[in-house]
Parts: sequence; structure tokens; C-alpha cells
Amino acid sequence: MAEPVGAVSPSTDTVPEVEVSTDMVKRGLVVAPALIAVCGVVWGGDGAWSAAYGVAIVLANFLLAAGTIAVAARISLPVLMGATLFGYLVRLGLVFLAVYLVRDAPWISRPALGATIIVTHLGLLVWELKYVALSLAAPGLRPTTRPTNAPSTH
Amino acid sequence: MESLSRLIVEQAGLNADDQKAANAAIGAGFAYGLAAIGPGIGIGYVVGKAIEAMARQPEAAGMVRTTMFLGIAFTEALALIGFVVFILLGL
Repeated sequence: MAEPVGAVSPSTDTVPEVEVSTDMVKRGLVVAPALIAVCGVVWGGDGAWSAAYGVAIVLANFLLAAGTIAVAARISLPVLMGATLFGYLVRLGLVFLAVYLVRDAPWISRPALGATIIVTHLGLLVWELKYVALSLAAPGLRPTTRPTNAPSTH
Repeated sequence: MESLSRLIVEQAGLNADDQKAANAAIGAGFAYGLAAIGPGIGIGYVVGKAIEAMARQPEAAGMVRTTMFLGIAFTEALALIGFVVFILLGL
């Protein structure tokens, strides 16, 4: 099947956004218990539930953004532009909806939810940026999935 | 903004507490709306430049897309900060 005109990369290529967002989700799941514990100590049980909800919102936002860009990039560059900008609006709306639906729930602590959203979003980004900057600066050091029983070159 | 809330309160016949709540709601709405404009411009700029780079150098598309995704996410953090101010002020 012919590649669509203006496609960014063939469909057989790796999808960098999905790799980056999957990395961030894995790291987010690792640090989530610590965030929930801290919010639980500061704001009590409501804070812990709100922190868990905030982490879930941020991770879902990352995955949705990466999925949108990955799908759009396989079609064409103009679609990528449109999908990214309208995707931003749609995701902002979804985040608003996710918070609006639980605004009066008895287990919601708004300060905990807000702090978790900001800290998780920025923290995961800075963590991933450190890794990406290193692998872009020194591609030879990029980790690869090499089989353990591969013959040695020495 | 103050006059707007006073007008609303006078028209609806509300008391001082209601006026305070109306002020908070109007301020929160402005905070969220204004906070979403900047990242919108920023994301458009980031994606536009990334597409220009990919069109000029298609072999670097993977690296450009990685950097673009991170740039979009960082820019979006500004909107999320505005959103958090919004939910703290008066959702």
C-alpha cells in the first residue's frame, strides 16, 4: 500500500511520542504511591484519593496527546497540525470535565488535586526531558533491547 | 470586573456573600480563559516549527517529533496551572 502524501514517517517506524508517553506513564506509576502518601499525610484520606485521581488525569492526558499525534502523523503534516491544536482544546475540555464531574464528591480535596496535577505533570516531563536530552546528545548511549545471549564482538 | 459583578448582584438582588462568590467565579473564569490563550499560541508555534523542520529534513522526523511532543507538554503545563488556579478559586 502506498504511503499517504505528506506522511511524516512510514507506519513501520517507531512512534516516538508513544514511547515517550509510555515511559512517563511507567515512571508516573512508580512515583504515584509516594505522591498519594504525601498528599494523604498533608490532606488526609481525601487528599490521598484526590492525588490518585490527579495522577490518573495527568497520565491519561499524556497518553491521549501521544496517541493523537501518532495517529495524525501517519496521515499527513496538515492533519498533524490540526490534530495537535484541536487536540489541545479537546484535552483541556476533558480535563475540565473530569474535575467538574467530581467537584462535589465527598472524597475530593481541591488543593491536593491541583498540587498533584501540577507536580506530576511537570515532574514527569523534567524527568523524561533529562533522559531524552541525554539520548539525543549521545545516541550511542541510548539503551537498546539487545538479547542477552547475543554473541560477543570481542 | 468589579463593576460587572456589582451589576450582576444588583440585578439579581444578592447579598455580600453572593457578591464575593460571584467575584471569585468571574475571576476564576478569566484566569482559566486567559491561561489557555498563551499555551494555544505556544503550541501552534511549536508544532508549526516542527512541521517546517520535518518538511526540510524528513530523516530527522523522529527526533523532531520527540522534541515537539515534550515542547507541547511543557507549554500545556501553563494551561494546567491556570486550570488549577481556576479549580482553587471557584469551580
